Amino acid sequence: MDDSIKPNEDIGACIPRLRRYARALLGVRGEADDLVQDTLERAWRKLHLWRRDTELRPWLFSIMHNIFIDQRRRAPEETVSLDEHALEFPVAPAQERMMEMVDLESALRMLPAEQREVILLVGLEQLAYKDVAVALGIPVGTVMSRLSRGRERLRELMEGRQRVVALKVVK
Amino acid sequence: MKGLPMREDDLQAYVDDRLDPVRRAEVDDWLVAHPLEAARLRSYRKQNKALQALFAPVLDEPLPEALKVARPQAKPKGMGLLRMAAMLAAVGLGSVLGWTLRGEVQLVQARNEAVAPAQLPALQMATVATADTGLARRAAVAHAVYSPDVRRPVEIGADQEDQLVAWLSKRLGSNLKPPKLGRLGYELIGGRLLPGDKGPVAQFMYHDASGKRLTLYVSRETGDDKETAFQFSEIGPIGVFFWVDRGVGYAISAGADKAELAQVAVTVHEQLRLP
Repeated sequence: MDDSIKPNEDIGACIPRLRRYARALLGVRGEADDLVQDTLERAWRKLHLWRRDTELRPWLFSIMHNIFIDQRRRAPEETVSLDEHALEFPVAPAQERMMEMVDLESALRMLPAEQREVILLVGLEQLAYKDVAVALGIPVGTVMSRLSRGRERLRELMEGRQRVVALKVVK
Repeated sequence: MKGLPMREDDLQAYVDDRLDPVRRAEVDDWLVAHPLEAARLRSYRKQNKALQALFAPVLDEPLPEALKVARPQAKPKGMGLLRMAAMLAAVGLGSVLGWTLRGEVQLVQARNEAVAPAQLPALQMATVATADTGLARRAAVAHAVYSPDVRRPVEIGADQEDQLVAWLSKRLGSNLKPPKLGRLGYELIGGRLLPGDKGPVAQFMYHDASGKRLTLYVSRETGDDKETAFQFSEIGPIGVFFWVDRGVGYAISAGADKAELAQVAVTVHEQLRLP
């Protein structure tokens, strides 16, 4: 084994970003951290399966994706958590910005999970498209089409809400 | 128009700054003539920025205790069974693991510790699956929900122990008597029935002279005939000592340390083996 590779430490260094992604994916802090914990446990158990000539982060995201998918399969009905409105984010400086972000957060929740995953891996985690494909186990072409549809859906959702607000104002 | 025709993939890659400079310049030119598309891509770029702003604070949060896990040690492959047993007996201190029957060390949950009380040789070799940590979590949640309840911590009190035994035994489908923990300073308050993953679960509650409460959670939901080592997990402020014996899961929860819970676990294990 190459001594310069210390996968345990590398996994440790990835934890904050795994948490960020899981939080964005699930919205609720407790559930997100459970997902991260399950991911870490499986990663350590399966470390011997990680190909050392590939990047660690997409591999970790692929583990998280598989657990996420398993869990959704087991509990296919989406439930809305009571914590949904009590998300713990530090207060943003301007009220206006906060409004916009709450909108983004709820719009994200309305996206189909497969689009949400792609949007977050690309836009938030800034993974290369090919790494997103590895993480999600889909072809790059599928990544691109989900990205395109997801972004447009997100835009519609966020702008749609604004139109509804505008309609209320008009008498 | 210069270069290749514009494709949606190019436009998405433009949003993410993943085009080479030549192609990027071509897209820039193209967008001048397509203001609606330009607005669309600007909106997507805004999405990326907003996502990062929204979730950036998560990166700076202190890691929750459960994620600050000890890394697994180097994998001792091919270790002799005797040596493993010796190590396991010496554990308690170990920061690790459960042992599989195949003799491989397997990570369970880094903050769970396999503990092998010397009195329990039968449990020294045991299979541990990650599902067991679910047992600990459910027990901890049940403890957290019911133990602070002052007026009605249990459904049937210890003063009606016969009734309690009959009721819980009937619902769990086996003879289940609350173990006596008086020797350790814990007195039975009573018990209740809870819904588990795959059926009813019994919870017995005890308290000591200071009023500190301890719960024993007994669940048939693990299903098969598996056994595990004693394990310890801390879930928030609650310490949980748990094991699976002949397909029945037991978990002892209290705001107590591992040594104290281990004593209780040994006592419970001696007294309580469901047929």
